[in-house]
Amino acid sequence: MTKTFRMALLTSTLLAGPALAETTLTIESWRNDDLTIWQDVLIPAFNAQHPDIKVVFAPSAPTEYNASLNSKLEAGSAGDLITCRPFDASLELYNKGFLADLSGLASMANFSPVAKSAWQTDDGSATFCVPMASVIHGFIYNKDAFDALGIAVPTTNEEFYAALDKIKADGTYIPMAMGTNDQWEAATMGYQNIGPTYWKGEEGRLALIKGEQKLTDEPWVAPYRELAKWKDYLGDGFEAQTYPDSQNMFTLGRAAIYPAGSWEISGFNTQAEFKMGAFPPPVAAAGDTCYISDHNDIAIGLNAKSPNAEAGKVFLEWVGSPEFATLYANALPGFFSLNSTPVKMEDPLAQEFVSWREKCKSTIRSTYQILSRGTPNLENETWNASANVIKGTETPEDAAKRLQDGLASWYEPQK
Amino acid sequence: MASGRPVRWHIAVFLAPAVAVYTALMIIPLFGTLAQSLFNVDGTGQRVFVGLQNFARLFGEALWSRQFWNALGNNAWFFVIHMLVQNPVGVALAALLSSPKLRMAAFYRTAIFIPTILSFVIVGFVWKLILNPNWGIAKGLMGLVGLDGFFVPWLGKEDYALTTLALVSVWQFVGIPMMLIYAALLSIPDEVLEAAEMDGISGWSQFWKIKLPLILPSIGIISILTFVGNFNAFDLIYVTQGALAGPDFSTDILGTFLYRTFFGFQLQLGDPYMGSAIAGAMFGIILIGVSAYLFGIQTRLRRYQF
Repeated sequence: MTKTFRMALLTSTLLAGPALAETTLTIESWRNDDLTIWQDVLIPAFNAQHPDIKVVFAPSAPTEYNASLNSKLEAGSAGDLITCRPFDASLELYNKGFLADLSGLASMANFSPVAKSAWQTDDGSATFCVPMASVIHGFIYNKDAFDALGIAVPTTNEEFYAALDKIKADGTYIPMAMGTNDQWEAATMGYQNIGPTYWKGEEGRLALIKGEQKLTDEPWVAPYRELAKWKDYLGDGFEAQTYPDSQNMFTLGRAAIYPAGSWEISGFNTQAEFKMGAFPPPVAAAGDTCYISDHNDIAIGLNAKSPNAEAGKVFLEWVGSPEFATLYANALPGFFSLNSTPVKMEDPLAQEFVSWREKCKSTIRSTYQILSRGTPNLENETWNASANVIKGTETPEDAAKRLQDGLASWYEPQK
Repeated sequence: MASGRPVRWHIAVFLAPAVAVYTALMIIPLFGTLAQSLFNVDGTGQRVFVGLQNFARLFGEALWSRQFWNALGNNAWFFVIHMLVQNPVGVALAALLSSPKLRMAAFYRTAIFIPTILSFVIVGFVWKLILNPNWGIAKGLMGLVGLDGFFVPWLGKEDYALTTLALVSVWQFVGIPMMLIYAALLSIPDEVLEAAEMDGISGWSQFWKIKLPLILPSIGIISILTFVGNFNAFDLIYVTQGALAGPDFSTDILGTFLYRTFFGFQLQLGDPYMGSAIAGAMFGIILIGVSAYLFGIQTRLRRYQF
């Protein structure tokens, strides 16, 4: 009995030994696709400088992340580092005291105010997550298909529909790969993709927040009118087509154009066996300013109750460094660094997307800041409205009116 | 006898484990949720008692009540499909299986029961693939019999999505009424059937006049199980259509409405207080339905002792 006890004591000492010498940080994330990149690239690079801090990347499913993270934080069992959704979801966590104020980090100086805006209090006094990356919307196209049909890359709306008509008339390819089953594609890759061109990016977005424009105004209804036209160019049965269906349809070479977010790039590169190109949302007339959605998407913060706060800050300083930016942007082409230091990327498709930052004006998704704080939730309503408009079960005007009524029911400046 | 009846401790002792587990896992959370539905947060984030205000909002504000009635209506339709399809088909299958002339009965019984033990996730995923307009086999199979013109992307159309999902659920669960009725049919004593045959009642009329009245209590139990199961349903809709229960909320049932409200969805933050109110309303609906059955129907069913 004593012997067993002594053995047990001895074993526990042995096991506890290395654990005391180093700190383990756990990262909560919804990016389960990135597990290998963290394990093989990012964490080893960090450990090369800080061998004493062990980092574990522990992702959960994207659709369950918000709910499970909230429960874990409330129960006190969440990891040390928290991957931050942009805007209100993270702001709520900060206000509840779950996220630590990181304004004091030295590496925060590496980010522009726009980059930090998604993870700040409304007055900008506290920043609680270190920005990691943004995603850009546009259209990815099958270059081989365009060459075979003799289609030039469209820049104006007229050229865009001409190209779609030509692909449809030819019949080899489905003109555009998108479905409405999952709803968010219609809103995110449809409405938020082409919309900024009509509401003039930040100008319209801020006017909407201030209450100077309404969702029933022409700049906000016009994108829905365009979406209503898309119906004829989608595949048969697009109503039941899901997001993975659309991705496969494009990468298998069955569709010519894919309304995209830049996060698709790495997946498409491995799946597609044809050449791909990308073009920004088309403008009304040649020479008009183009607008793109360059949306702050992902950041990382510190659990305020983490016992390893010091090690956590060391890690976050590294995340804010240009070194991390280069590693991350190249490991995940399509997730563009928000770091002010220019990052050199190897991937041609990613380069194409990021080049639009030079010639177009950037904005973020219109529904994310402030406007989705109440019930009904404007973002979720936009999913539903965009899907309805594409299917033709709701007119653009009706959809816009419904969204405006919903927003005005709780948002003071819109009343 | 003067000291009175001895206290029968063993009853309490034997009941204790079940009572303790059931209380900890069911009763306390149930009353916790019901209590939570009477609270909400005030402007400063403090939890305050609001009485029935959450329910007033749920039924009084168009924004909430429209969603609630939509979900309840869909739920009712979901239940109607089960009652009209699942249970009659279950009874018919059981009647066929109990026929002594049927060969390979054990095989059919197992094959029909297997979907019941599959996870919702698998069932939802498989049917989504079968019905997929791009690569699903449904279109091809219909083409083989010249019906491909009738193929519709069912899960994407407001008019069909809910019925389609209800039928998928029927496909999954038809094994349960089948097994229960099958057991009830087997328990009918042969003497009763022989007596019927002596009186010249056989075949169909034997089923309608002898067997059906004898299995009626089982059908009642199945109906109530279906009712409770359907009004608590969530998984299949969530797996196939997501928490927004598309297209255009046409497949939104109380379970998905509750999930969306309680846990939040995408940018919408969770509201545990309104969520509890919805859970409370669901509990009320099920309680009313079950009570109506127990007091209105169950007590009137005639039972036969053999």
